[in-house]
Amino acid sequence: MDYFLSEEQKMLVELAKKFAHEKIKPVREEFDEKEEFPWSVIEEFAKTDLAGVYIPAEYGGMGMGVFDLCVVVEELSKIDGSISLSLAATALGTFPILLFGTDDQKKKYLPGIASGKKLAAFGITEPNAGSDAGAIQTSAKKEGDSYILNGTKCFITNAGEAEVYTVIAMTDKTKGPRGASCFIVEKGTPGFTFGKKEKKMGIRSSSTRELIFNNCKIPKENLLAKEGMGFIVAMKTFDASRPGVAAQALGIAAGALDDAVDYSRKRVQFGQPISGFQAIQHILADMATEVEAARALLYATARQYDKDPSARNTKSSAMAKLYASEVAMKTTVNAVQVLGGYGYMREYPMEKRMRDAKITQIYEGTSQIQRNEIAFALIKESARK
Amino acid sequence: MNFIVCIKQVPATTDVKIDSNTNTLKREGVESIINPFDEYAIEEAVRLKERTGGKVTVITMGPPQAENALREALSRGCDEGILVSDRAFAGADTLATSYTLAQTIRKIGEFDVIICGKQASDGDTAQVGPGVAEKLNIPHIAYVGKVEDIKPGTMKVQRMMEDGHDIFDVSLPALITVVKEINNPRLPSLKGMIFSKKAVIKKWTAADISADADKIGLSGSPTQVMKIFYPPARQGGEKLTGEPQDQAAALVSKMKELKLI
Amino acid sequence: MANKIEVLSEKCTGCSLCVKSCPFGAIVLVDRPEHPKKQKLAVIDVAKCNYCGACVDACKRFGAILMLKEEKQKAVDFALYKDVWVYAEQRHGEVSPVAYELLNEGRKLADKLKTHLCAVLLGDKIENQAQDLILHGADKVYVIDNPLLKEFCDDPYAETLAHLIREEKPEIVIMGATNIGRSFASRVAAKIDTGLTADCTALDVDVSTRNLQQTRPAFGGNIMATILTPRHRPQMATVRHKVFKRATRDTSRKGEIVKKNYDFSKLNPGGLDFMNRAKFLQFVADTTAKVNLSEADIIVSGGRGLGKPEGFKLIEELAETIGGAVGASRASVDSGWIPYSHQVGQTGRTVAPKIYIACGISGQIQHLVGMGSSEVIIAINRDPEAPMMKIATFALEGDLYEIIPWIIKEIKKSRGEIEFVK
Repeated sequence: MDYFLSEEQKMLVELAKKFAHEKIKPVREEFDEKEEFPWSVIEEFAKTDLAGVYIPAEYGGMGMGVFDLCVVVEELSKIDGSISLSLAATALGTFPILLFGTDDQKKKYLPGIASGKKLAAFGITEPNAGSDAGAIQTSAKKEGDSYILNGTKCFITNAGEAEVYTVIAMTDKTKGPRGASCFIVEKGTPGFTFGKKEKKMGIRSSSTRELIFNNCKIPKENLLAKEGMGFIVAMKTFDASRPGVAAQALGIAAGALDDAVDYSRKRVQFGQPISGFQAIQHILADMATEVEAARALLYATARQYDKDPSARNTKSSAMAKLYASEVAMKTTVNAVQVLGGYGYMREYPMEKRMRDAKITQIYEGTSQIQRNEIAFALIKESARK
Repeated sequence: MNFIVCIKQVPATTDVKIDSNTNTLKREGVESIINPFDEYAIEEAVRLKERTGGKVTVITMGPPQAENALREALSRGCDEGILVSDRAFAGADTLATSYTLAQTIRKIGEFDVIICGKQASDGDTAQVGPGVAEKLNIPHIAYVGKVEDIKPGTMKVQRMMEDGHDIFDVSLPALITVVKEINNPRLPSLKGMIFSKKAVIKKWTAADISADADKIGLSGSPTQVMKIFYPPARQGGEKLTGEPQDQAAALVSKMKELKLI
Repeated sequence: MANKIEVLSEKCTGCSLCVKSCPFGAIVLVDRPEHPKKQKLAVIDVAKCNYCGACVDACKRFGAILMLKEEKQKAVDFALYKDVWVYAEQRHGEVSPVAYELLNEGRKLADKLKTHLCAVLLGDKIENQAQDLILHGADKVYVIDNPLLKEFCDDPYAETLAHLIREEKPEIVIMGATNIGRSFASRVAAKIDTGLTADCTALDVDVSTRNLQQTRPAFGGNIMATILTPRHRPQMATVRHKVFKRATRDTSRKGEIVKKNYDFSKLNPGGLDFMNRAKFLQFVADTTAKVNLSEADIIVSGGRGLGKPEGFKLIEELAETIGGAVGASRASVDSGWIPYSHQVGQTGRTVAPKIYIACGISGQIQHLVGMGSSEVIIAINRDPEAPMMKIATFALEGDLYEIIPWIIKEIKKSRGEIEFVK
């Protein structure tokens, strides 16, 4: 379907597609097998200027928006949803700075990220605080011109590989949700270490580790926005980043759909290609329709966001992420089914997509949390009338 | 330092098939690409520019659509593109092409290094690089696999040979032809693509480069095609069938029969 | 009178045979609705036409294409040019094998032309290699011995050979299409403004015109072209190693060794500075290549059908068992599964082993060009329609991961190395 992309956006798609085919496809299996972080690919990616697509030009980026980021993430994810994650997760870690940073903070951190040479990560989740983000325990105590951080974050994407971390910690536990603040912490700060790398079902080349803060001292200039704004920063960040997760999920689904259709035309059983059987055709038709619907919803959401980032975008971002991730899981399961035995074999790239898709229903807010957000928004809108 | 890259637009021959009914080439829908070896030349020129500062000018002798190849080169980091195109160049063999490119480079003016790909995937002669160097009276080193060092006036390179490599000091200006081992070509960058789209490609004709009519095109080509024919097809042999074990047994026994092992 | 080509529209039936025959894509069919019967007309794009005449041949039936090639003057007086020369390439003081193959072919050409076969030897303290060239067929060996020629360097070598050519005026000069030869021949041909045809797979002479007929693959090997250098001398050509058979050594042969003492400070107006524009510093040997691919009698090659880089372990195992070298198709090299030095094909090595075992290689023309003259070709592939399967001496359809281990077992069994119970 034609989504009326501008000339520049078409270039983005073309370049991202070329990159995915030439630089990611040959190595995706190896990085998944070895569960190794794809630095060699990231270094190549840095040369394309795509890493800074959503960062303003004055800070070294391409000055485009969330929509453009999504289009790039989608293209990359069609080939591999795991390597594309290093870009999407960096965006997640960067949005707090983009949305709430002072000019000095932006000048300090954004150019490195825009160049693609430095990665970022966002740290909110803790062992006892997943969906219940309000239950975080990591503390940030003000001491003179510094804050001292103590606590542990877990399941953080890009942990250990990123240079820049935006972390939510409690500055005042007595104030409940209004007692959290967002800080920028750089890798290498004394007292800041990483836990072991987690072994995961999917997105294996992505680095998922704990962030461990042990009397980690950071300058007070590293506070983003104001004390107490932590969860507001987090919520606004998710409004911007959830479309990115939706793009990742969408790409995974779209890649699975394409390969499934191609396969069905080549695989001959009972004297004909299986694409001739209605059973297969109906599966493919449903896959294609849902993928297209997910895309239409995501694109509309992302365009709306870019039109006015300060508006209430929570409902649409949540819808886009919820739907795309559900479609991704369903599509990849069906795509494996279409490929039959070959879909199950690690030798073929299909099963990896199914393993990769699952996480999109979980991180950056589980599908259940997304539904909560959507419902709350609906109710609020109704109350406002 | 100033770098010049000579590129050629070629058919993507890996996709060219022979129509088995008429024994002719299926030419429809064959797209044009930058000669694969030239991609390495472009990348090396851009890398050298990043090392020393300066400019990369990319040139090609070809029909009007070769402009696309130049734009692709610009999107990968070259600064300026020049297309030298003229009906009079048609039918040029490697000598005439070398002369034409040399004249073009003369018009460009000062340069430090000319970089060419080892050979073009359609002609495969590997003759034009050395030919251009000869016409410009500059030294050349072919099959360069690494530029170890470069500074104004001199360059140290590795020439790849069948048994290893030779290391040379070359005084500049000079020409090198490069092989695939030299680098890993980057993809276009977004900024490069935007630049390329807006760039104005210079277009020169035979008159613009003061070319002598007797030295260009078919007139300037000492070699001429006498005839074209289709290679006699090698006939097929035996099919060895059955379970893998039986196929293997049959094969080994045949090889022993023929005293091959 | 310039070259002229035209389609005689009254004779053209629009059958499109010419369109298909043109290797340069210079002919298209256009509609001509005004004609009652012949609805299409062939039109030739003069800008693309190379005057090769393929379309004229294709249109034999209707004679609708008229080509007049311009009669140009010969560039030099051919009567002054005689003898067939072979450049006896040397590296590290030893003459390369390809030189002996060229002497074999050169001998045939010289005999047809009733002229002499001469070898050209350039190097430092190289004269002791000259006699062997005579024993392999040369009537005369020109030797130029100078420290500046110790290692191949394009400027001194090209200047020297150009000077020798201008002095002695050979009709034909052939060289090996090695890394040295392809660079060297190109520079010399441009220096003396003559024609050079690279990578010839066949050479012949037309005794009446004394033209060397240089045949080589063109357009990626899909067609063969025979090329002439009709107006210039010498006619230069390069030929790849193993295209021709090596000449036999005849200890009874006699010949002449002609030493040329050139003053290298005067060969070129630039003097010794010119000779030293490029300076050889050192040679670094490649220690990784175990079996020289070009010399191997048995080659086991892997292609895209292996599916993954680990597939080459199986190829290596078979190669080791059978005593062969490992080759690869371009697809597997491009995928990074194996280094480029193993690539066989148009942009890789040309090989002509006794046995070539192609595993998971479809047999694109660019690969076939590199190994098509192997004596026995064995193809293992899942696809029975793959070109390699169709030309193979023995074609095995199936999964190479199943077949190859059995081949290894069978070979070992045949040597009595292993016993197994069926």
